[in-house]
Amino acid sequence: MNAPEHARLINPHSEHLELLEVPSKTLPAEGKVGQSYIGQSIPRSGAKKLLEGRGSYVDDLRLPRLVHVVYLRSPHAHAAIKSLDLRDALKQPGVVAAFNGDDVAKFCSPWVGVLGHLKGIRSAHQHAISPERACWQGEAVAAVVAQTRRQAVDALDFIQVEWEVLPCVTDMQSSLDAKTVIHPELGDNLCFSRDLETPEFAKAFANADCVVEREYHFGRHTGVTNEPRSILADYNPAEHTLCVYHSTQAPHMMQDIFSRHLGIPESNVRVICKDVGGSFGIKVHVYADEMATAAISVMLKRPVKFVADRLESFITDIHAREHKVRIKLAFTKQGDIIGFDLNDLTGIGPYSVYPRTSGIEGNQVVNLTGGPYKHQHYKAHLDVVFTNKNVTCQYRGVGHPIAVAVTECIVDEAARAIKMDPVEFRRRNLIADDAYPYTFASGLKFEKLSHHQCLDKLLDTMDYKALRAEQAKLRGKGVYRGIGLAAMIEVTNPSPAFYGVGGARISAQDGATIRLDPGGMLQVMVSVTEQGQGTEAIFTQIAASAVGVDVGAVRVITGDTGVTPYGGGTWASRGAGIGGEAVLRAGKALRSNILDVATVILNIDKSLLDISCGYIVDKLTGQELLLLSEVGRIAYFRPDTLPMNFQSELTVTRHYTPREYGFTFTNGIQASYVEVDPDTGFVKLLKHWCIEDCGTLINPMLVDEQIRGGIVQGIGGVLFEECIYSEDGQLMNGSLADYLVPMASEMPDIVVGHISTPTKTSELGAKGAGEAGTAGAPGAVMNAINDALAPLGANVTIQPCTPQRILQALGKVSGG
Amino acid sequence: MSDQSLEISLRVNSQEVNAQVPVRMHLAEFLRESMDLTGSHLGCEYGACGACQVHVDGLLVRGCLTLAVQAQGKHVETVEGLTEKGVLRELQNAFLQHNAFQCGFCSSGMLITALEITNHYPNADREQIRDLISGNYCRCTGYQSIVDAIESVLKDQRLRNQLSAPKAQSEMGVDK
Repeated sequence: MNAPEHARLINPHSEHLELLEVPSKTLPAEGKVGQSYIGQSIPRSGAKKLLEGRGSYVDDLRLPRLVHVVYLRSPHAHAAIKSLDLRDALKQPGVVAAFNGDDVAKFCSPWVGVLGHLKGIRSAHQHAISPERACWQGEAVAAVVAQTRRQAVDALDFIQVEWEVLPCVTDMQSSLDAKTVIHPELGDNLCFSRDLETPEFAKAFANADCVVEREYHFGRHTGVTNEPRSILADYNPAEHTLCVYHSTQAPHMMQDIFSRHLGIPESNVRVICKDVGGSFGIKVHVYADEMATAAISVMLKRPVKFVADRLESFITDIHAREHKVRIKLAFTKQGDIIGFDLNDLTGIGPYSVYPRTSGIEGNQVVNLTGGPYKHQHYKAHLDVVFTNKNVTCQYRGVGHPIAVAVTECIVDEAARAIKMDPVEFRRRNLIADDAYPYTFASGLKFEKLSHHQCLDKLLDTMDYKALRAEQAKLRGKGVYRGIGLAAMIEVTNPSPAFYGVGGARISAQDGATIRLDPGGMLQVMVSVTEQGQGTEAIFTQIAASAVGVDVGAVRVITGDTGVTPYGGGTWASRGAGIGGEAVLRAGKALRSNILDVATVILNIDKSLLDISCGYIVDKLTGQELLLLSEVGRIAYFRPDTLPMNFQSELTVTRHYTPREYGFTFTNGIQASYVEVDPDTGFVKLLKHWCIEDCGTLINPMLVDEQIRGGIVQGIGGVLFEECIYSEDGQLMNGSLADYLVPMASEMPDIVVGHISTPTKTSELGAKGAGEAGTAGAPGAVMNAINDALAPLGANVTIQPCTPQRILQALGKVSGG
Repeated sequence: MSDQSLEISLRVNSQEVNAQVPVRMHLAEFLRESMDLTGSHLGCEYGACGACQVHVDGLLVRGCLTLAVQAQGKHVETVEGLTEKGVLRELQNAFLQHNAFQCGFCSSGMLITALEITNHYPNADREQIRDLISGNYCRCTGYQSIVDAIESVLKDQRLRNQLSAPKAQSEMGVDK
C-alpha cells in the first residue's frame, strides 16, 4: 500500500481530505464543473477500433470445432422438389453433413408472419429449409456443412435435385387477380388489406374545386449492407445452451425466437451482437437460413457459421418498396387541401416475413400519406399481395419514402395546376405550429411538430428566392434545373402499439444498467444495439452527463442478451429516444446512490454535495472533495469503515417505455436542386438540404451523419436502385456491378439544419433521427426532376427515375 | 475444383511468412483465414466494394481480385500493419474527428484509398476526392464526412509543406 492510499485510508471521513495522487486517466479536463455532454459534437467513443481493423464482425470470430454451412438455393421462382439427393455431396472433401428440409424441420418448427393488430393478415407456414417446394428464386432447399466454406460451396454442385417448375406470379395485379394462387390453402394471394374513410369524405371530394390524380410506381430495392448477413451458432449439449453470435439489430427478439423454434429455454439462449457492418432494417428479421444455421448447430452439437455471399444477399436479404400507388388530391382554387384519396398495391414475395410481418410497410403508407397537412378528409385502400419474388419487409424508412413521395409529388401537381408556388401551397396547408396536440385524419396523434419553423429555416438556408431566380435565368439558356421540396413526418420512439399489441414478442421497453467500478469509471450496459450509428457514443455522453464524469471514464456494452437488460434493440428510430432515456434515468439514480456513499464517507449532508468531472464536489463552491475512485474503493473494498447500517448500491438499472403516444413523431422538410439533361435523361444532383426536428440533439455531428446517410439511401431509391425481376421471377441484376447504389462522385453536398422541439414524454426529450433522410429524399428529388421537366410538358412517375424513364416521360424513347 | 496448392514466401506487415496456399485462394481470404488478419473485409468478393483493399509492395490492390500466390516474394500490408507503422494515423484521426465512418466495414479499404490520395493527389479538391473514393462503397455515411476528413488532411499536408523549406515541396508530387 503506498503512502497516499494509506493517508486516505486512515481518515476516510475527513472533510479536509487531501487528494495526493490522482489517477490521470480519469482526470477530467479543466473547468468542466457541472458540464453536460448532451448537445456536443464529440467524436464517437469506442469507435476507433473500427478504423484500425480491430472490429469484430461475425465473420472475424473463430471458435474451436467450427464448421461452415452453405445453402443450395432454388434457381426457380416457383418449383416443387420432386427429389433431392445429398449422397454425392456428402462424399466431397471436408464435408461434415448435409441436410434437407425435413431433416432440419425435426429441430426447428415453422412460423407464420402475422400480427393480431393487422386485422385479417394471412401468410403460409415457412420452414427453415423448405421441404417440398421453393416459392422464390433463392429460397434454400438444402444445406451442406464442411470444414471450410470453400469445401461446402464446392459440394453444393454434387446435390442432385429434380425440380417440377410451377406457374409463378410476379406481377402484383396478376397476383391480386389470383388466376394462379401461390398458397392454395389461402384461396387467393391476398396477404392483407385495409380500408379507411373519414366521415363525409365522398361529399367533400365531390364538392372540391379541383382534383389532381396520378399513379406512381416504386421499384423494389434492398439494403445492401456492406457486411452481409452473418451468424455463428454454438450449441452446447452439456448445458443445453445456445450461444449465437449474430449480425442483428434485435438480440432479445432473436433470443426469444431461437428459444421457441428450437425448443431451448429462453434463458439458455444467449445472443451476442458484436460489430455490425450496416443493417438499415435488413438485419431485424427472421431469415430462414439463419434459423437453419442455429438448428444445424444443435443437430451437430458444434459451432456452425453462415455468412451470405453477395449474390445470396441480393436474393435473400429482404427487399422493400414495390408499390403501385394511385393518389388523388382534392383542393380549393385558393389552394387549400380538402383531402387525399389513396390506393396502394404492394407485392411482398411469397411469405409475410416473421415476426414483424410484411404488412407494415403498406400500413405505414396508409397511416402517413398526407401527414404534414391539415385537411380533414382521407380515404385509403391497401392491398398487400403475395408474389414469387424474394420477400419484402421493413427497410429504413418503412413506408415513409412512399407516403412522402406520393403526398409531396401530388401536392406539387396541385400547386402547378393552380399556378401557385409550391412553397406557398405548402405554407397554406401545413399544420400550424401552435395546433398541437393534433389528431391527423388517419387517426395518428402528433404531440408537437414544427412544420412552419422548418419550412422558414429551409427557405433561408437554401436561399429559395435566389435559387428560383437562377433557375429562371438558366432556363432561358436551355438549362433545365429544378427545385423540389418534400415535407415529412416520421414515426420514432414506438410504443407497444407497433408490435407488442399485435402479439409479437418484441420489447417496446429498453433498459440500462450503470455500475460505478472501483476505479471510478462507469460500465454502462444497454439493450439497444450499435450498428455504427453511434448509439454507444450517445449513451456514453448521456451517462457521463447524468452521473457527472468525463466521457473518457465511461465504457458501454450493448448487444449481449447475457449481459444487458432486456429490450427491443435498434429499429424504428428508437435508440436515442428510448434507450437514451433509460440511460439517463439509470445515471441519475446512480448519481444519487454515489452521493449517499459520499455522504457517509465525508459526513456532509447529501444536499450539499454534487458530482462533477469524476469528483464529489461541494455543491456551492465546486470544490473537489473526493474522487469517485475513492468512493468506489471504500464502498467495495473497505465498507467496514462505513456506518454499520449502511449498504452501498453502486449498480443501478432503469427501464423506459414510451406510453403517452403510440409514436413520438418527428418532422422535417427537404429540398433538392437538380439539373436534368433532356437529351440524355441524366440527372445531376446539385445540392440537397434538410431541416429536421428530432427534439433534443445529443450529438449533432452524429445526427447530421444519420440524416446525410439516410438521404443518400433515399437518393439511391429515387435515382438508381431497383431489384429487376424477369416475368418468370429471376432477379436480373443481383450484383454490385448491376444493382447501382450511390457512389461518392454522384452525391451532392448535403446541408443539414435543425429545429429542436424536445418531446415532453421523456426527460431527455430526444426523438429519432435515423430514417428521416431516407423518408424525405425520394419525394424531394422526384419533385425537383419534375420541376425541371415541367416547361417541357413532361412528368416522371416511376422510381427509380432512370435516364430511360425520363426520356420516356419526354417522349424521346418508347416503352414505359 | 482444383485443390492444388503452392508454397509461397512473402512478407506480411513486415513479417516473413512461408505458407502452403491453395492456388485459387484469394489474397484477402489468405490474410483473413491463414493469417487471422481480419481487418480486411469481404463485402462482395468480386472487386466492386473495396472493403478488402491492401497494399502489395506499396501499390493499392483489391484483396479479393488478387490471388494469394501472386503475392509470392512481395510485401503485403494490411490496415493492421499500416496502422502500426503509423502511416494511417493522420487519416484515422481525421476520420474520427469528422465521423467519416459509421459501421466501419468499409473503413479499412476507404482509408487505404485515402492514403493513396494523400500520397499521390496532394492538391485534390472535393470533387476530385469524390471521384477518387468512388471505387469504395460506403452505405452509411453518404460520403460527405469522408470527403471532409480527406480534405482536412490534404489541407494540413499542404500547410505543412508551405511552412517547410521549398526543397520539401518539390518532393511532394508523387510518392514513389
